[in-house]
Amino acid sequence: MNLENILAQALEAVAQASEIAHLEDVRVNYLGKKGEITGLLKTLGKLAPEERKDAGAVINQAKTKVQDAINEKRELLTQQALEKKLAAETIDVTLPGRTMPVGGLHPVTRTIERIESFFKELGFAVKSGPEVEDDFHNFDALNIPEHHPARADHDTFYFNPKLVLRTQTSGVQIRTMEAEQPPLRIISPGRVYRNDYDQTHTPMFHQVEGLMVDTDVSFTELKGILHDFLRNFFEEDMEIRFRPSYFPFTEPSAEVDVKGKNGKWLEVLGCGMVHPNVLRSVGIDPEKYTGFAFGMGVERLTMLRYGVNDLRAFFENDLKFLNQFR
Amino acid sequence: MKFSEKWLREWVNPAIDTETLSEQLSMAGLEVDGLDAVAGDFTGVVIGEVVECAQHPDADKLRVTKINVGEDELLDIVCGAANCRAGLKVAVAKVGAVLPGDFKIKKAKLRGQPSHGMLCAFEELGMAESSEGILELPTDAPVGQCIREYFSLDDVTIDVDLTANRSDCLGIKGLAREVGVLNSLDVCAINIEPVPPSIDDKIAIELVNSASCPRYLGRIIKGINLDATTPLWMVEKLRRSGVRSIDPVVDVTNYVLLELGHPMHAFDLAAIDGGIKVRNANEQEELVLLDGNTAKLNSSTLLIADDNKALAMAGIFGGEASGVKAGTKDILLESAFFAPLAIAGQARSYGLHTDASHRYERGVDYTLQHDAMHRATALLLEIVGGQAGPVVEAVSEADLPKEKSVTLRRERLDRVIGHPIADDKVSDILARLGLQVSFENDVWQAIVPSYRFDISIEEDLIEEVARVFGYNNIPNVAPKAALKMTHHAEANVPVARLRNELVARGYQEAITYSFVDPKAQQLLHPQSDALVLPHPISVEMSAMRVSLMTGLINAAVYNQNRQQPRIRLFEQGLKFLSDDSAENGVAQVAVLGGIVYGNTHNEHWSIASRPADFFDIKGDVEALLALTNDRSRFSFKAQENDGLHPGQSAAIYFDDVKVGFIGAVHPQLQKSLGLNSTAYVFEVEVDALSTRKLPEAVNVSKFPSNRRDIAILVADDVKIGDILESIEKVGGNQLVDLNLFDVYKGKGIEPNFKSLAIALTLQAVDRTLEEKDINQVVDNVVAELAKQFNASLRD
Repeated sequence: MNLENILAQALEAVAQASEIAHLEDVRVNYLGKKGEITGLLKTLGKLAPEERKDAGAVINQAKTKVQDAINEKRELLTQQALEKKLAAETIDVTLPGRTMPVGGLHPVTRTIERIESFFKELGFAVKSGPEVEDDFHNFDALNIPEHHPARADHDTFYFNPKLVLRTQTSGVQIRTMEAEQPPLRIISPGRVYRNDYDQTHTPMFHQVEGLMVDTDVSFTELKGILHDFLRNFFEEDMEIRFRPSYFPFTEPSAEVDVKGKNGKWLEVLGCGMVHPNVLRSVGIDPEKYTGFAFGMGVERLTMLRYGVNDLRAFFENDLKFLNQFR
Repeated sequence: MKFSEKWLREWVNPAIDTETLSEQLSMAGLEVDGLDAVAGDFTGVVIGEVVECAQHPDADKLRVTKINVGEDELLDIVCGAANCRAGLKVAVAKVGAVLPGDFKIKKAKLRGQPSHGMLCAFEELGMAESSEGILELPTDAPVGQCIREYFSLDDVTIDVDLTANRSDCLGIKGLAREVGVLNSLDVCAINIEPVPPSIDDKIAIELVNSASCPRYLGRIIKGINLDATTPLWMVEKLRRSGVRSIDPVVDVTNYVLLELGHPMHAFDLAAIDGGIKVRNANEQEELVLLDGNTAKLNSSTLLIADDNKALAMAGIFGGEASGVKAGTKDILLESAFFAPLAIAGQARSYGLHTDASHRYERGVDYTLQHDAMHRATALLLEIVGGQAGPVVEAVSEADLPKEKSVTLRRERLDRVIGHPIADDKVSDILARLGLQVSFENDVWQAIVPSYRFDISIEEDLIEEVARVFGYNNIPNVAPKAALKMTHHAEANVPVARLRNELVARGYQEAITYSFVDPKAQQLLHPQSDALVLPHPISVEMSAMRVSLMTGLINAAVYNQNRQQPRIRLFEQGLKFLSDDSAENGVAQVAVLGGIVYGNTHNEHWSIASRPADFFDIKGDVEALLALTNDRSRFSFKAQENDGLHPGQSAAIYFDDVKVGFIGAVHPQLQKSLGLNSTAYVFEVEVDALSTRKLPEAVNVSKFPSNRRDIAILVADDVKIGDILESIEKVGGNQLVDLNLFDVYKGKGIEPNFKSLAIALTLQAVDRTLEEKDINQVVDNVVAELAKQFNASLRD
């Protein structure tokens, strides 16, 4: 067969190849050791020397053409195969992933952690204490002697006349001051208990109390730190007022109100300068040291912060309620 | 305390409106809890006189009346009240009047009779919660006058929530004093003239316990008319202060209580044998109180008694037998000072709380008894008539409170407040509060008035100065303290870290009550001796929890009943165990507990969900233990625990100390606890998790590691944990990893045996292990397992 025909056949075979394996067959048939074009090259020896050069060039040209055609086709087929594979592997990326749904902290814990972080930044240590408390730490040491009318205000759960469920976390202040000497900066979050249960009261709730005792702690500083705290807590430059009040363990005492969006004042915490009798009861000289203390209801702050309107929701542990706090 | 604004303004009348006054009181520490109009919102109601009152021709219960309202014509009004009668002065809502609730009065016909108005009851005017019949006015009420004007209804009831220290404000007199201070106004105190006796009748008074009752005044009034009516002005003032009119004697004593803040009591003289003795009760002595209940007294209770018997609980509550009642002609009026400590707590111990006890336990002005007596006498004589005897006073001067003088140092004031308040300002505030003040060498000396029981130390004066100066006029200053770094232990694992681990593992934090239902707790912990509240909110909230299980299961059931298919909850808090060696006999142990209930996953297009089991929750607990970086010191030991499935229950140990438990809730208890299927719970003491081992780095081997898998057969009852522990020991330090990757029972395995597939990874720090080294270790392991557990290699 002449070269032209062979070349035409070879190129046709390349064009017909639909898989890379077919291309390989074509290459072997024409360019392989026993391939037809290779065969033609072998016949060159039979030609006269002056003819060989030209005839060789023509055959080599044909060989290169076939090789190029094969390469080109291989590239095309590879590309097509890849495209096919990619198309086959395409997924719906909008399908939900396999996940372990993450849980969440209780909103009360969330609030306590936020409050802790504000005060830790100022060097306050976090302290905790017992919830079943003796009357000394819950009352007497806090300047609330046995028949003080303030005891009646507390709706205390008594186990016996000497043992109660703590009505406030202030007992932790006493325990801390018994154990450590000023300067002191502590906050004590925790559960407290009052025998009262209705729409706006649960028999258990949480307080965070703070205490700072040092040589020259003043009322202006109490005001300053609570202003900073409330503005940080609500992340709003809200109006805040200090209203005189009475607690047996502080003097002067104040309640702190913030102005709500409806223009009404809402009480959010109680505070005051530590009463000298309290300092004396734990062996701290009130002439040498002064201090301030404050206490706040965690549920109340949480309700205001997140718009919770039913206090009791905090202790029902309904996942639908809790899941909102992420 | 509730009071009428108009009444207060009779004493002191600042030129500020109600809102401002209320704000001012609140900001002075007398918190205003509420402002309430003393009557409903109405117009067009005038005083009228019933001129004619006849039966309605067609209705039994109606009357047809003609009413004179001072106009040219009488009004025809049909009225249904039983007390409607000719000659009565009434409140008439004329046509065009608007009553509370926007009720408009129009011309009408009632059963055919014209009615041009309405005769009103107190209730209809918003002046009472309920009332019977139409209101009856005194005969001298001027016909035609507007009712609002006649009753002075443009008044407000102010409710102040007084703190325990301000007993001096428990009367109009004290409130007026305070408002005077706040507005720099003088108070027009009422003038109380002594009422001279007109008869000689006296009673003997003996102060047996003069420490508790340093002063007791008694006065006999004879021949009173208890049928007299209390004047309208007094009834209204009482009503606006939240006190109901009872009879004129009680009304007068209540009036004086509200006006002066001084409790009074009246006895029926006929019920008193001999003289008055103020003494303590005898143990078990009984007294029938005015409310009809019998009090069993104890010896700490002070009594007013006569020669033979108890008459009243001093300063708290009168006795029924000696009370003023229908038919009483002669009375003994009491005006006494009882020491606050003698009264404090007494009323509460009998479940009582009265206006008198409220004041006495906080402190009543000990110089006020004569004024109160004369004020009450004058009012009584005016209303019920009668003849007053001389005032008999028994007094023990030595037991009366002493006049107090308190020092305030300039330097101390500045130090506590942190903001200087000028000398003359301080002096002025103290003087306005009624203290007699002198100021010398930067020190104030102040004599405290007898009505201020709460002022006895320097801080009390500092508070008064700051309060009147105004807390909001004191600047806000950031606290100053030394920047001393506190101790931070790296080994400490904060509770927050434990919480976050569980949150990341899909647990939602719960907070359950520390007191639980003793029945449910008893099911879970039959042996436990829980602390019980004697006076709980309810029985279901009466036992202190001895573990977190009861609360968590309860919370899981709550959510199960709300169609939650997948529940994972945890809680951190105290449990309470009776323990004689602990402070106050109660060990209060901080624990972290959790519950896994329902499916492992929510339904998902690509995850096969299955009910969660023991190993799901165990994996979470192991993750917590791993936070200590000391996992190997913890172990799980098959052990029965309260409330758990005996075959799916483990104790968690740290070294040799039990620090928790884990397991499936006992199937027998499921139903009684409300669970529909198996729940898994755990609890670990927080202390066991709160310390972590600090890292001690070793060089990482650069040489290749080799893995060898072995498959062994052991009897079913062999604990795999023991096998793994044993391999770790035998493997030595070349065994760098150990992984159980298959447990198989069933086809191809002898019954009561199981097959374990374990991967051993071996590596040396200093060289590449040779085949013989590796085989040596594997052989040792296999030999040890054969010896210890009768394990054989599986082909």
